[in-house]
Amino acid sequence: MKRWSIFGGAMLSFVYLAGCGGGSGGESDGEGGGEGGEGEAEEVEVIGEESEDATELTFWTFNEQHIGIYEDAVNRWNEEHEDRPIKLQAEVYPIEQMNNNLLLSLQSGSGAPDMADIEISYFANFLEGDVQLESMNEHVEPVLDDMVEERFDIYSKDDNYYGMPYHVGATVMYYNTEIMEEAGVDIDEIVTWDDYVEAGEQVVENTDSMMTTVEVDEHFSFWPLISQRGSDYFNDEGDLTLANDTNVDTLQFLDDMVNEHEVAEVTPGGFHHSEEYYGYMNDGGAASLMMPTWYMGRFIDYMPDLEGKMEIRPLPVWEEGGNRTAGMGGTGTVVTNQTEEPELAKEFLAYAKLSEEGNIALWQELGFDPPMYTVWDDEAMDEPNPYYEYFDDDIFDTLLDLNGEIEALNLTPDLPDVQSEIHTNVLNSAIRQQSQDPEEALKQAEDAVSSGQTEE
Amino acid sequence: MERSETMSNKKTFSLKGILHFLNSKKVAPYVFVSPFIVSFLALYLYPMIQAIIMSFQQVLPGQTTFVGTHNYQRILNPTFFQALGNTATYVFFTVIILVMIPIILSVFLNSKSLYFKNFFRAALFIPALTSVIVAGIIFRMMFGESENSFVNELLGLVGMDPVQWRYGAGTGMFLMVLLASWRWIGVNILYFLAGLQNVSEELYEAADIDGASAWQKFLFVTMPALKPVIIFVATITIINGFRMFEESFVFWENSSPGNIGLTIVGYIYKEGIQQNDMGFGAAIGVVLMLIIFVVSMIQLKFFGAFKKED
Repeated sequence: MKRWSIFGGAMLSFVYLAGCGGGSGGESDGEGGGEGGEGEAEEVEVIGEESEDATELTFWTFNEQHIGIYEDAVNRWNEEHEDRPIKLQAEVYPIEQMNNNLLLSLQSGSGAPDMADIEISYFANFLEGDVQLESMNEHVEPVLDDMVEERFDIYSKDDNYYGMPYHVGATVMYYNTEIMEEAGVDIDEIVTWDDYVEAGEQVVENTDSMMTTVEVDEHFSFWPLISQRGSDYFNDEGDLTLANDTNVDTLQFLDDMVNEHEVAEVTPGGFHHSEEYYGYMNDGGAASLMMPTWYMGRFIDYMPDLEGKMEIRPLPVWEEGGNRTAGMGGTGTVVTNQTEEPELAKEFLAYAKLSEEGNIALWQELGFDPPMYTVWDDEAMDEPNPYYEYFDDDIFDTLLDLNGEIEALNLTPDLPDVQSEIHTNVLNSAIRQQSQDPEEALKQAEDAVSSGQTEE
Repeated sequence: MERSETMSNKKTFSLKGILHFLNSKKVAPYVFVSPFIVSFLALYLYPMIQAIIMSFQQVLPGQTTFVGTHNYQRILNPTFFQALGNTATYVFFTVIILVMIPIILSVFLNSKSLYFKNFFRAALFIPALTSVIVAGIIFRMMFGESENSFVNELLGLVGMDPVQWRYGAGTGMFLMVLLASWRWIGVNILYFLAGLQNVSEELYEAADIDGASAWQKFLFVTMPALKPVIIFVATITIINGFRMFEESFVFWENSSPGNIGLTIVGYIYKEGIQQNDMGFGAAIGVVLMLIIFVVSMIQLKFFGAFKKED
């Protein structure tokens, strides 16, 4: 009798345990965003339907915007290659869900699409073990000299290039000129971060706004700053150096801006992609924002009241002659090894992402700073578009000026662990709760990551 | 000709034989339970054994290697203990709240002197029909951090400062427990109401004759009669508590500040699926299974569920 009760109890536990799947994905991250959903794609778009006998390729992404670039590419491809037309089925999923599905289908060997977008924070997971992605070297190598090479290095392993980037992601400072004028600050006078803090004090004193906001639930305040100073989470050899002096000093700087100089505040909603933040910024809550250039689209979509008021400038420097930007965020488009048409898929991806037309389209369609820097001064880049209407006209002069000041990021399989520590513990306890000083917080995170490392 | 006849005879015989065999008293019960056995073997036992094997492996595409107990050694880290602590706290509060409050409410709902009984029953049950995700999003908005959020405005009316609900360990736990309680109270009331229907009126009459007060009747007549239901409700609440995921997910998605919302299942999800570390995730799952098993056993023992009926 007793034995059976125990057995019954055990069965009950299993049955309940087994029933526990079924959460729903959804997180806005990087340049993506999306609310939770259950398995179904949020949106499916079929491009190139009219061509008969076209080869069908499927493409997963987490950002609806990204489809625009392929729409343009498929149409051009089908005109130029009448003998090999393509029909592209683009499916949009929430970012978490898409990454999990892709990981699991590559792990299990079935169910993956021909092509997919993988966001930078997740990319390392796809480079573990035998890489289940197609190498793009034959298409990348001929044009690599025209590209910002660092953006290809981050999606590579053992000299194989897997991910094709959308943008350089040059981090810049967005200034709200209306508030700056009210405060009596000339933004072109801000050269160093000390100048920036000083200007911030002026803004706080003379206006109702804060100088800026600091992300504590995401990394877009901390990571660009350490990258700008030539530091990173890992060193060039891939060893974890999270708590190095530069990083501690940078975190201290962010902490001071919020808690000592009181020129910045913790981002409403925790990060710059939150609904709370869009509303706050749109109402003139802060006078400036440090984000990559691809964030321009968010201004246009979510902060309509700031049209014509925002101007883009390089980042203030840490010391004279230092870098004035950092490459941040990003997404690599890959061809998976489950495609039935690897050659066609690769050639098409190269056509969309590695050609001049493709790179010009990246700017015109998406407002991204394209990885091929040789097109930055192309005439086509000057054609009017919504981004020029919203911001000032010299965006690309600013960017051209910054070329060569972008440090590569060192990505390792532990990056997702580090990001998770940064998002949950480091920034929160150092800046929001002030329960630890920056050095303690970073040391603790470093220990947590190294104790959990997969390698024996 | 002769031969084929014998063959067909044989066939009918064997078909009859099979039917007869299946119909026999010894075999029939197994036939009836076989759908459950088969689904249990295929859907629960097989994955469970696979998970146990996987917990000793490092699982990467094309490179699955046995790593001995390495995954288990890694479990003993501060993040796991925090997840365990969060989950245990959550289980503790949900068990207390989801057993006590439904008993009291169901006694009221069962009493003859209460008006609008059906309205209250329905109102308390409706939350159980909503999705945790939808309810959670509404809760998250109500408990937003700005001073204009619903709850902070209420606090403002009584002169209290706005609270950053989702950023403190205590308030975060409060949110999760509140959401779970709001959602499950109605279901548990249903169980207790069903239990109350079985308490015979005569016992109350006898108690009246003996001069028992209302409180004494509740304590010595109602409670003992509800004991099996209490054991059942407490058991499923404990198990549900240990496998909790959604209540935390809706408030913080995958990363909560200082891991205040990290649960064990959340940790499995994070490590196994998001961080592509299936082996480690499986190891945490095995440990969770053992924890639930042990806790359930202790609790059942404590309530005397193993004692033979008189």
